[in-house]
Amino acid sequence: MTSMAIPAGMPQYDDVPRFDVAKVRADFPILDREVNGHPLVYLDSANTSHKPRQVLDVLAEHYALHNANVSRSVHTLGTEATEAYEGARAKIAAFVNAPSVDEVVFTKNSTEAINLVAYAFSNASLRADADPRFRLGPGDEIVISEMEHHSNIVPWQLLAERTGATLRWFPVTDQGRLDESGLDDLVTERTKIVSLVHMSNILGTVNATSRITARVREVGALLLLDCSQSVPHLPMDVVDADADFIVFTGHKMCGPTGIGVLWGRGELLAAMPPFMGGGSMIETVTMAGSTFAAPPARFEAGTPPIAEAVALGAAVDYLTAIGMPAIQWHEKELTAYALDALATVPGLRIFGPTVPVGRGGTISFALGDVHPHDVGQVLDSLGVQVRVGHHCAKPVCTRFGVPAMTRASFYLYTTTAEIDALVAGLEQVRKVFE
Amino acid sequence: MQLESLYQEIILDHYKHPQGRGLRDATDPAARVGEAHHVNPTCGDEITVRVATDGSVFTDISYDGMGCSISQASASILHELLRGRAASDAAVVHEAFVELMSGRGQVTPDEDVLGDGVAFAGVARYPARVKCALLSWMAFKDAAARAGVGVSPEVKA
Repeated sequence: MTSMAIPAGMPQYDDVPRFDVAKVRADFPILDREVNGHPLVYLDSANTSHKPRQVLDVLAEHYALHNANVSRSVHTLGTEATEAYEGARAKIAAFVNAPSVDEVVFTKNSTEAINLVAYAFSNASLRADADPRFRLGPGDEIVISEMEHHSNIVPWQLLAERTGATLRWFPVTDQGRLDESGLDDLVTERTKIVSLVHMSNILGTVNATSRITARVREVGALLLLDCSQSVPHLPMDVVDADADFIVFTGHKMCGPTGIGVLWGRGELLAAMPPFMGGGSMIETVTMAGSTFAAPPARFEAGTPPIAEAVALGAAVDYLTAIGMPAIQWHEKELTAYALDALATVPGLRIFGPTVPVGRGGTISFALGDVHPHDVGQVLDSLGVQVRVGHHCAKPVCTRFGVPAMTRASFYLYTTTAEIDALVAGLEQVRKVFE
Repeated sequence: MQLESLYQEIILDHYKHPQGRGLRDATDPAARVGEAHHVNPTCGDEITVRVATDGSVFTDISYDGMGCSISQASASILHELLRGRAASDAAVVHEAFVELMSGRGQVTPDEDVLGDGVAFAGVARYPARVKCALLSWMAFKDAAARAGVGVSPEVKA
């Protein structure tokens, strides 16, 4: 990287928070393995991230030493398990600056968290005495965007079908940004909820939400941000973001699969009817009917993924120790490097922002007319792991007129040498298919 | 090198120069025509296969679609192998191809039956790509059934 002198008194290059990438890589056992006779080059962290030894150890230790069910036992193991589970909740609350620990609901993943909110609307719509903010019917509107993951499209389509509400969406610009030009016509007094992706899993775009939030507040709607791709990669502060709900998933942030998070404003969660019924979510049960526990327990029916939650707490500790601002900066440098490097590949077209501003380290592209499956296959033969296909965001592929894309995505353990391996691999693809 | 077992020259040739591509109307107005559109939901690849038959012979097999080299080359080879064949012969070829693709690389293909289709032996070792290779063959089976001609026993893909 070239650098020029920055005037005294301004932030200097050395002020940027940094960490030792080589040292971080040593924490991830999988990064030592080979694929097809080549060192692993893992460029698919937007799909799922790898897990550091610190997280794997906590997972194993929980089962080995503290295993018991939570929230129902007086015995020592039960108390230890409950303390670990609730301790993880507190860590996650602090990680996103939630005003209260009780605003953190454990789910299976982001998909379940979004469905939880959608079903709260659905169930409230069946009851005349439910909070009017959650009641939907014909004439009411749900607003999403064209750049959503299927998990933030399909639950709302189904909700609209069940309630008679109308689903509307923000378009995407040619540059891969959210088109806010129609904001005032799209978000109106009819809007009950706006559910938007914070960072696109396919275009890499990080959406600036302040204008939308202001409009949402003006019309009295609710705002959900799908932070599956942002919480793992940048500092998130729910108070700053001024959202009503955010969702994210553990496995994309160095945690295990099977654990996700819904954060919601306490008074909203308290006004929401339950999603799934079962043990742990009740206040009292008679044969004639039941009453429900306060949040978050109300939304955690059945035995939760205890060890996974505890391990997600360890993942949050791990990320916090390195520092989210440092991780964000590392990925910004990688993204700038990758955008420059990919621009040197003949016939390569990037979908989404081509400057490292307002975007994260997830870059989708086409290589001439070569089908992404073929791109991915040749890269795999060289040890380079990228995702190919529609990335569970088919409307984005349609928007850009392609059936599929190839995507490289980065994380704290990614190096510029791995981006070089990708670029070299793409040369190999061109040789096979030109 | 591993990759060469997948991307055989024959496959790349068919991909770059597909045989019989494009949907065609039947030349004989009395022909029975069947068509099927298949999608691979994991990658979005699509193919439409149309067959024309007099009840015993596939007088034409035409197709159109978009997708990876494996799926498109496979459609080209399907056209080359089965067009003009009696339904009973086509059933034998179809079954042999499905068996090859389902064999995880353990099946030795018979070139007399499969012609250029033997090039797909390497693909069978890549579970993620087997569906690509079978896409047009499954669409063909449905299209033939719609034209009133059965071509294959049940497929366990």
